[in-house]
Amino acid sequence: MAEFDRDTGTSLWPHEVYDLLRRAGVTQFAYVPDAGHKVLIDRSLADPDAHSVPLTTEEEGVALLAGADLGGARGVLLMQSSGVGNCINMLSLTAGARFPFLALVSMRGDYGEGNPWQYPMGQAVQPVLEAMGVICLRVTEPADVVPAVAAALTMAFQSGQAVAVLLTQKLIGAKPF
Amino acid sequence: MAKLNRIQMSALPPPVLDRRQAVPALIERPEDFLVVAGLAGTAQELTAMTADAPFVFGLGGAMGAAPMMGLGLALARPDRRVLVVTGDGALLMTLGALAAIAVQNPPNLSIVCVDNGHYGETGNQDSHTGLGVALDAIARGAGIPAVHRIDTMAEMAEGRRLLAEPGLCFILLRVTEGPAAKIKRTLSPHVVRDRFRAALAAAG
Repeated sequence: MAEFDRDTGTSLWPHEVYDLLRRAGVTQFAYVPDAGHKVLIDRSLADPDAHSVPLTTEEEGVALLAGADLGGARGVLLMQSSGVGNCINMLSLTAGARFPFLALVSMRGDYGEGNPWQYPMGQAVQPVLEAMGVICLRVTEPADVVPAVAAALTMAFQSGQAVAVLLTQKLIGAKPF
Repeated sequence: MAKLNRIQMSALPPPVLDRRQAVPALIERPEDFLVVAGLAGTAQELTAMTADAPFVFGLGGAMGAAPMMGLGLALARPDRRVLVVTGDGALLMTLGALAAIAVQNPPNLSIVCVDNGHYGETGNQDSHTGLGVALDAIARGAGIPAVHRIDTMAEMAEGRRLLAEPGLCFILLRVTEGPAAKIKRTLSPHVVRDRFRAALAAAG
């Protein structure tokens, strides 16, 4: 499978992930823009049957997905690792009310990161998500992305869990600085 | 409070309405809506007004969640009207949500902010609105198409009209500080979630 180019979003698996999410009944795509999610964002904007919801901060997405679930709909939160820190108290809602939760996190501050500002939050993503009851699935190989998202969909919407798929920099590449 | 800048440009009149009369006067038929209510006062009064009905999701934490929960619910159920009722403190925590909601512009979502200008649960400190920050101006600037401010009973009828008609709206209901309606409500969020979903599924 082609290398993922984080600036252009070119490679096959983002399209496969979008199609998989839609087949699984996901209709609300919430995001703070990130190059790592460019294809999913653009596909959701072009999709007449999906809601594409740009957020001003990631915690809004946690609340949005809870509201979607109250109405019987499914959503996904697309964010960069830096946005995870913005979500933490709002995940009280997810954990307390046992809302299903699905997030795809494009990682910064890990494998090969050239911007030192990204390390504190990037390295804290998994421990703080786990501390709030979110199960993390780390993906490092292109062939593992679609199976990991499929697994996360089952965990979230069949088993009612909170799940984040961490798309590591080994997978999506480090942004050059 | 002399250390804090009292904002003059908005020139809001002093609040005169008692929330215990004003909220039911504005929201005459809460049963017409799926309701998400913010912390403390607003969750208490919507629970009291509906006799703890299942179609009210009242928050007990996750401050600031209500507007975006309302958006997710409104997008999920375009066939139903959704009402968010939030206090000023909780809304101040999530002002960006007004922008996120405006760019979706769901016609079935109404937002009521019960603004008492204070953090009533934590020692009655002045909130920013109590110091003159105008949430109606912020909502208008965010792009909410219909924005209405209620300072006295004279503006109540227009608020009721906005709630009764389709279209995204924001209503700022300015009230004096003082207690909200009191009722014992369940604070177990998973119970509230489950009964809300069950009631909605049963209603179709």
